[in-house]
This record gives sequence, C-alpha cells and structure tokens, in this order.
Amino acid sequence: MLKNPPTVAGYASVVGKREHEGPLREYFDLHDSTEKFGMDTWEKAESEMQRLSLNLALAKARLCGQELGAIFAGDLMNQCIGSSYAAECAHRPFFGLYGACSTFAEGSVLASLLLDSGAFSRCAVLASSHFCTAQRQFRYPLEYGCQRTPTSQRTATAAGALILASEGNGPYIREVLPGTIVDMGITDINNMGAAMAPAAYDTLTKYFGETGKKPEDFDLILTGDLGREGHGIICDFMKSAGYDMADVYNDCGLMLYDVDGQDMHSGGSGCGCSAATVAGYIMKRFEKKELCNVLYIATGALMSPASLQQGRSIPGIAHLVRISAERGE
Amino acid sequence: MNIDKQTYKKYVKKRAPRSPLLKDMLLAFLVGGAICAFAEGIYNLYLLLKIEEETVRTLVPVTIVFLASLATGLGFFDSLAKHAGAGTLVPITGFSNAVISPALDDKSEGLVMGVGAKMFTIAGPVIVYGVISSVIYGVIYWLLGVMA
Repeated sequence: MLKNPPTVAGYASVVGKREHEGPLREYFDLHDSTEKFGMDTWEKAESEMQRLSLNLALAKARLCGQELGAIFAGDLMNQCIGSSYAAECAHRPFFGLYGACSTFAEGSVLASLLLDSGAFSRCAVLASSHFCTAQRQFRYPLEYGCQRTPTSQRTATAAGALILASEGNGPYIREVLPGTIVDMGITDINNMGAAMAPAAYDTLTKYFGETGKKPEDFDLILTGDLGREGHGIICDFMKSAGYDMADVYNDCGLMLYDVDGQDMHSGGSGCGCSAATVAGYIMKRFEKKELCNVLYIATGALMSPASLQQGRSIPGIAHLVRISAERGE
Repeated sequence: MNIDKQTYKKYVKKRAPRSPLLKDMLLAFLVGGAICAFAEGIYNLYLLLKIEEETVRTLVPVTIVFLASLATGLGFFDSLAKHAGAGTLVPITGFSNAVISPALDDKSEGLVMGVGAKMFTIAGPVIVYGVISSVIYGVIYWLLGVMA
C-alpha cells in the first residue's frame, strides 16, 4: 500500500507488424510494418522503439526529459543494451533492470516506491522486446526452418513507457507487491507459461491473503505473458485456493494477438508484451473511464541460454501493481 | 503452491497440448519425398545432358544446397519448414538452411566475428560428430577387412 500513490502522467506504446495486426491495434501509438524503425540492425530498432515510446509519453505528459528524476528501463538483450542506448539521449539518472518479461512491472514497483518516499517527483518506466533480437538471443536464427510446439510463445515486438509523477489526476498506482523467485522445476523453454505461473500464483495469493481482497473487487486481473498454458494453470490453481478468477482474469499474451488466427501457438511473450498492453490498451481504457481498478501482475522467466544448456530449471518471478482511477478508497 | 515439483511437472505435461504428430509426419513424408523426387529428377536431367555419372553425384547435392540457400535468403524456407518439419530438415536442405540462416542473421556483427564465427553454430555439431562417426565407421570397416 502506497501512502502517496503516484499518478500516471503520460504513457505511450510502440509495436511491430504482427502486434499491429492484432485485436488491440487501435490502442497503440506507433507501429512500423518493417519492424526496423529506420535502423540497420534489430538491436538498434529495439532501442529506437524504447526511445520513441519515452519521447511520446513525455510529450503526452507535457514534460521534457530534463524534468525526469530517473529512468527505469529494461529489455531482454544481453546487458540490457536496448534500454541503455534508448536512455542515453535523455541524460537523466538511469537504472537498467533485468526482470525478463516482468521488467515493466518491476520498474513500476521501484519507481512507485521512490516516488512514494519523495526521493523523486517524476520517473519514467520503460520496457521493450523485439521478436528478432529475442530469436537471436534465446532461440534460432530468424530464417532457420523449424517447427514450434503448441505451448511455445512468440516474443512480441513492442515497447511501452509510463511517466509516473507524485502529483496528477490519475490513474494512480495504489499498491505494489514485489515478487519472490519461485522455481517449480520446469526446464522446457517452449513452455514458459508453466514455468512462470507458479510465481504469479504465489504473488496473487500473497496479495489476496494480505489485503483480504477478492478477485471480484477488480475490473480486471491481468498477467503479463503467461499465454494459454499459464492462463489455464493460474485459473486451476487459484480456483483450488478458493479464488474464482475466471470472469475477471486475462493475460496480455492472449490479448495482444488473435492467438489462433495469427498462429501464435500459446500467445505472446516478452517485456514489450505487457508493457505495450498496459501503456496502450489499459491506460486508454482508464482514460475512457471503462476501467477503474486493475491488478497487473507481470511474470518473468529468469533463465539464460547457458542455464538452459546446463539443464537447469527456469526460475519464475511475478511483480504486482494495482492501478486505480481513485486516489483513496 | 501446495504441490511438489514432480507432481507439478506431471500436471503441466498432462495439460499441455501435443504436437499434431500424424499431420506433422504426413507433411514431412510428402515434402521430404517431393524434395528427394525433385533431386532424382535433376539427377536424370544431368545424365541426359551427358554429364558423367561421377560428376552428377556431386552436382545434385550442390544444386539442392544452392536452392535451399536461395530459399533461405529469399525468406520462404522457414515458412515451408514450419509445416514440413523433418521433411525439409532431414534432406541436405536442412543442413544448407542451418548454415545460411545464422550467416544472414549475424552479418550485423561483421564478416569475421559475425558471419565467419557464427555460421556453424547450428551445423557445427553435425559436422564434428559426422566426421568423428565416419572415422569410427572407417576403422570398423578396416578392421573387418583385416579380419576377413
């Protein structure tokens, strides 16, 4: 629970071709069907997506970069270069984060806590992923011909930015709950939903247990990128823990694409998946007053190509952020 | 979660949808067969052109490797392989694709450390163990010859 809940002063989302062909297309600010964003490498393209989303969010908040206290950003590339190069031109204090696909919520948690404490008065939270950089980092070359299993997910080409401020008219970040690492021994890189779902379950049950709230208190409970598998697992386990979430629960990985129509197997994944969904779809629905109280739980699978090759299991994490249109109860 | 890792693994495995094996195998059979039939056609074509049989045996794989590389470069090999699976992987087309696709990807890291170093990240193990097993096979063949 935050005593001085920070407000979302600006938000922006930038997506690639397949994401723009998906059901949420009208909610995104920018897209590029070449997915290169005017750059000559995929890595530069991902940085450019983050830079664009930061500048757009700043413009919407009517702020200039110099007014930011700090930038919290992350992506999936080695050493988080996507974020470092994107934040370079802003010349502001920078925190590079790696929370795999949970990065956007991780950044929001940290920024909210520091705004709440009064350490900063304005912060930016950024996260991105790019299908092509993630393929190169974690899987096979782009043109390599292979078949994917039905439980595999597609890394979204997407970036999202939130400008959080201590003063403003909402929506507000009312509560945050940082997650702990949960590892249930899953080693299958093609079933990340199953690897991350236990972490989401852990964070959710902790949150409901500590606050006494119930799923029906929310307009929407949104996980980051559990996909079809993780979504089903969460529904099963939450139900057996006494929380029936079926009516209010959805997953960004399932919302970003027309999963069957676009042949997305189990759905979308990546930092950008939930970043663009929250900084696009969710924020715009808050603006239209269609949403009032949302639980956002972004999940991350914290493995590396080396840990996978060494046969180690995939540790999961899930950070929770409650976004509300109201500043007080 | 109030269950142990083994139970969770079993639960996950049970609920995960399976790959459509019958469909995958049928497509692999058809596409793989078509590629081999096509290669056979080229073989006969080269023979018709009065090229020596010994040369044709080298020329046919070279042609297929070239065509698969071209398809990889033009960007439709992976679209076909997505459906064909083992049908495009097992013939020499798969090997060609495995060398060309990282080379294409890694050209952004330069010709030496990018293309040169990473070209064999997928095909490398095949070459290493292919050579080793052919040596072992050769030794066994030689021993059998000596004993006989």
